[in-house]
Amino acid sequence: MADAGLYERIKAYEGRSAVTGGEGRDPVNSPMIRHWCEALGHPVPADGSAPATMLQVWTMAGLPGHGDRSGPYDELLGALDAAGFTAVVATDCEQEYLRPLRPGDRIAFDAVIESVSPPKATKLGTGYFITTRMDLRCAAEPVGTHRFRILKYAPVHRKAPAKRPRPVVNRDNAGFWDGVSRRELLIQRCTHCATPRFPWLPGCDRCGGQEWDTVRASGSGTVYSYVVMHHPPFPAFDPPYAVVLVELAEGVRMVANVTGVPCDKVRIGMPVELEFTGVDSELTLPVFRAKEEV
Amino acid sequence: MRAGDELAPLRIPITRTLIVAGAIATRDYQDVHHDAEAARAKGSPDIFMNILTTNGLVGRYIAERLGPAAELRKVAIRLGVPNYPDGEMELSGRVTSMGTDADGETAVIEVTGANALGQHVTGQVTIRLPRGGGHEPARS
Repeated sequence: MADAGLYERIKAYEGRSAVTGGEGRDPVNSPMIRHWCEALGHPVPADGSAPATMLQVWTMAGLPGHGDRSGPYDELLGALDAAGFTAVVATDCEQEYLRPLRPGDRIAFDAVIESVSPPKATKLGTGYFITTRMDLRCAAEPVGTHRFRILKYAPVHRKAPAKRPRPVVNRDNAGFWDGVSRRELLIQRCTHCATPRFPWLPGCDRCGGQEWDTVRASGSGTVYSYVVMHHPPFPAFDPPYAVVLVELAEGVRMVANVTGVPCDKVRIGMPVELEFTGVDSELTLPVFRAKEEV
Repeated sequence: MRAGDELAPLRIPITRTLIVAGAIATRDYQDVHHDAEAARAKGSPDIFMNILTTNGLVGRYIAERLGPAAELRKVAIRLGVPNYPDGEMELSGRVTSMGTDADGETAVIEVTGANALGQHVTGQVTIRLPRGGGHEPARS
């Protein structure tokens, strides 16, 4: 971390007050209970009490924001904001209900900063988990506790989209990639024994002949085999996706992506047709489109 | 009710309306829960459900499956992937243990809510059963 002393400074807030003498904006009331039940599709309690999981609602500041937060909590969040940990997301909520809340109950609450975690790397970005515990009362009677954890984090700035890896072009396969750039799929053919071969190689794998010419593939083929990639997610690829081994009408097989069919609907034997896709301004690739509607 | 019993799952369509109505009904006016442009500016692809609504939906699941007599004592949830609009969340639950406290019989139910992206919520709910209730989970 750039700010080596940050964790020591924010950890010092553990045990300090997050809210002192907080009061619910409204007493527990039937209209808010009914609106909440309508919004969530929750059954309305027949006895008129508030659903227990509304507990936190009675403590929310609403649109005007928190006037009743204590200094230390704002200072803690401010210190993290200043250090670049500007985003916040709620991660955990643990509530204990000591008795049902009924219309007319006036909720008072205090909250304490219970813990501040060391920096954690998360999918959202690196940040600190801050746990507060709130005690809710009605007059002097405890009615519930509410432990709430947030992640205060530095959002990961999305990088420019990763580029698909470039093919390695060398003197043995340059003819193939020249063909692709003209939107032709060229298969090598041995001029001694006429055996087609793919991928491109310097010699014939049947007779060893060094001489060859090319055949332009008709583009028809069938799925010989396939895999569906779920993990790991490579840059520029968006899993899950299918990778097919296509048997071309000319008798050779090649690996490619498949389009026009969801990855879980690809099947062995499925007829496919060659097409070319412009991946970006510098790269065109042969792919196969499923011929049948799925 | 016994340890190992499973509650019938509940599928909840996650509409834009549910996310916004839930946020406002829980008095949570954070813009990421009602303003798609503001959410995108903060790096989220769309608005997403707030934790108070998720907590309430877990309570709804228990209330619908076990009826009003099952009194909630504790709800502890952890959020995973967000609930974005136009998805669906399937809540499921399993009784993991039975116990007693000063006022009667209790049960701990492990609840999970999954959407197309993965687990949105995992948690434990502790309920107290009415005395002599003979409470069976609904299997609708």
